Amino acid sequence: MESIILQIAARHMRPLLVVLSLIVLYRGHNEPGGGFIGGLMFGAAYILYAMAFGVEKTQKSLFFNPINLTASGLFVALLSGIPALLLGDSFMTGEWYTFFAQTAFELKLGTPLIFDVGVYFAVAGMLMLVMFSIMEE
Amino acid sequence: MTTGLFLIVLLGVAAVAPFLRKYLKNQAGWIYAIWPFTGFLYYLSLLPAINDGVVITETFTWLPVMGIDFSFYVDGFSVLFSLLVLGIGSFILVYAGYYMRPYPMKGRFLGYLLLFMTAMQGIVVSGNLITMFVFWELTSISSYLLIGYYHEKPEARASALQALLITGFGGLALLGGFVLLAIPYGTYELSYILSNPDIIKSSNLYIPAFILVAIGAFTKSAQFPFHFWLPGAMTAPSPVSAYLHSATMVKAGVFLLARLNPVLGGTELWSYTLTIVGVTTMFTGAWLSITQVDLKRILAYTTVSALGTLVLLIGTGTEYAINAAIIFLLVHALYKGTLFMMAGNIEKKTGTRDLTQLGGLFKYMPFAAIIMSLALVSMAGVPPMLGFLGKELIYEASVAAPKAYGFILVLGFLTNVILVYLSLRLAIGIFWGKEPAYPKTPVEPNLALILGPFFLVLISIVLGLFPATMANPLTSKAITAISPGMDAIVLKLWHGFNLVLGLSALTLISGFLVFRYQDKIIPAIDRVNIKYFRREFTRMFFSMIDGFLIFTKLKTKTLQHGYHRFYLMTLFVIASVLVWVMIWRADPIMLELNFSEMPLNLIAVVVLIIAATLSSVISGSRVVALISMGVIGFGITIIFIAYSGVDLAITMIMVETLMIILAMAVVYHLPRYQNFSSTGARMRDALVATLVGTFFMVLVLQAGTSSLETPISDYFKEASYSLAYGRNIVNVILVDFRALDTLGEITVISIAALGIYAMIKLGKK
Repeated sequence: MESIILQIAARHMRPLLVVLSLIVLYRGHNEPGGGFIGGLMFGAAYILYAMAFGVEKTQKSLFFNPINLTASGLFVALLSGIPALLLGDSFMTGEWYTFFAQTAFELKLGTPLIFDVGVYFAVAGMLMLVMFSIMEE
Repeated sequence: MTTGLFLIVLLGVAAVAPFLRKYLKNQAGWIYAIWPFTGFLYYLSLLPAINDGVVITETFTWLPVMGIDFSFYVDGFSVLFSLLVLGIGSFILVYAGYYMRPYPMKGRFLGYLLLFMTAMQGIVVSGNLITMFVFWELTSISSYLLIGYYHEKPEARASALQALLITGFGGLALLGGFVLLAIPYGTYELSYILSNPDIIKSSNLYIPAFILVAIGAFTKSAQFPFHFWLPGAMTAPSPVSAYLHSATMVKAGVFLLARLNPVLGGTELWSYTLTIVGVTTMFTGAWLSITQVDLKRILAYTTVSALGTLVLLIGTGTEYAINAAIIFLLVHALYKGTLFMMAGNIEKKTGTRDLTQLGGLFKYMPFAAIIMSLALVSMAGVPPMLGFLGKELIYEASVAAPKAYGFILVLGFLTNVILVYLSLRLAIGIFWGKEPAYPKTPVEPNLALILGPFFLVLISIVLGLFPATMANPLTSKAITAISPGMDAIVLKLWHGFNLVLGLSALTLISGFLVFRYQDKIIPAIDRVNIKYFRREFTRMFFSMIDGFLIFTKLKTKTLQHGYHRFYLMTLFVIASVLVWVMIWRADPIMLELNFSEMPLNLIAVVVLIIAATLSSVISGSRVVALISMGVIGFGITIIFIAYSGVDLAITMIMVETLMIILAMAVVYHLPRYQNFSSTGARMRDALVATLVGTFFMVLVLQAGTSSLETPISDYFKEASYSLAYGRNIVNVILVDFRALDTLGEITVISIAALGIYAMIKLGKK
């Protein structure tokens, strides 16, 4: 299943898809997108690469392994519920903080974004884990 | 605060006990006994206040919404029991610290013992039914660990399992009983329930609540027909037996019945059930003990008998009976603790506990012999021991019982004769009598081993000699606590010549006569037993368990057949049938189909979807079928886009793409497509598919027409930006409003992914 076209496409598509998935993750709060879709895109980027170059080579090019990615996703998602507990609200209440208030760079960030990052990692990790296992067969 | 704090610290001691054993060496038993003994002194110091009528209550909030709290309720009855649990428990710890020296994992053993103590102490001071239930279950679990302590022996494991299953079953019944009991009250608080006994009695939940509570108590207290687990439990090390039989575990059932006596007691159902079960247990236990030769087994059966007596007395419920119950409880705890500890000592020093292998020990251990003989004198009910007072009261209660059941008196008399006989046989058979050849010369047990028996016997004598000044203050408030309106009878050693004294004398004489002619009588009883009572409850119990296991295996095989297609079919059929029924019973089905507003390009997409569906069903190749499924998926995506569901569309594209890749990766490994299923099977599958398809269609169309009051989506539309600062409602719901659900979902998919990974990786090997 060696295809030059696919390989060249995958090589260039992978970074693009990863960046795109991050954008999708970030914009998810106000416009279509979010951690789930972003995670799927991120996973898809690596699956495309694996289809072109094989699983082994893909795994070598990764600096993490999918199991750890899934686990850290779950961990981050769980962590995002803690600040609310510390502030006396019930677990997983969204807590928000505005950076650079009243300036041109006003940025509102909150624990739901952290949670979404957890979802992103978990979905991407589990997708890669399953796909790599099956494709390796 | 004190009651709760004491328990927490005790639990803490139990938790660290296994680890500190290494550093404390052989002094561990003494050191661990400090805290329980402190508790003993504390409850002893409470006694004057309690006798003035004080009741201590404490509450720690737990689940206030459900009316469940960790609350404690300490009255005279709790104090009496606490003194037994902690006092005897301290002696047992000292004893066990020395006794268990040659065995492995002794630190862990002491930890279990402390846990057991915590559980029992928790039961007796509980002020909330659920709190009591938690501690109740903790006794079952910790006793399982203790009985199965010699876990490399199969019979220890079997006994432990048997005890756990029976008391666990009883615990389940008890929970049901407590829930039913609390319904009319609207609370689990004991103080409220105890002060309003009429509410449950006038409720129609009384009978089921009583039955379930009774099952809980009877299983725990080894009442007939659940009695057999207790003799089995004597496979545990002696310290456990001594504790379990005297102050804990089996007394928990008696405690519960006595505690709830003001609430559940006094009815005909209560008194009939308790008297009949109690009297049967009392006599069965005594009868079965006669022919045993294992010292611990004899003692275990006499415990069964004593527990039966206690249940009988609580069931009788007269002033004499309640007095007798409390006094006998104390008597039995004192002598049974001593006897089991001594049984352990004898086994340790001689290497056997078979009565036929024992004799003439007085020569080697005179001090121990005197202590054990005094305990046996108490068991036989001979003055001046406290046991005499206990037996007198029991006779008075039976003679004065309002519904003078003759058979209770007769069976009670026979039971006591047997106890007298056993006392003689044990004392004379072990310490005097013919001396067998011991492998090593027995010696007097050392301080740690004899301390407990010595003090327990001493207390028994002191209480027996000065009943009015010593025993009465200890027990009077316990008596009024479990039956309000009744007073403690002033105890006297000498009652004058009356019927009861005559009965006592007759008992002693008959017991002596049985002993005198035991060579003739015992073999005769043995023959009767072999002929008529061969059924062994333990064997029956385990064959029942085996039968249950066979049944479950069969059931699992039928339900968990391992065919994915049938699992799916079951899911689909049940779900669609249920929904069909709901649709049927709801409003009439109204299908408003309006194609006129549909744009032409969407009609083309729909036609494409239908064509692809047909193609996927009839195609003879997996790849074609999969591609057709992909076409369906992307067709639906286009519809989503047309109706501006962009989120769904993006997700759908991702999922569809990945599904196709996944399926292709699998298809690659499958053999060529062949058709094995018969026409009938295909028809069945078509039927199921149609059922599911049509139900979805009807459901969706119905959902479009029916209008709910205010759809929840309106709330989300409004709250999305004001509360969660997000304009994408779908995402806000996922990561904020329903974040916990999402967390659950990603956890599930992660576990599923790990499962797939593990299956594939393991399959390789």
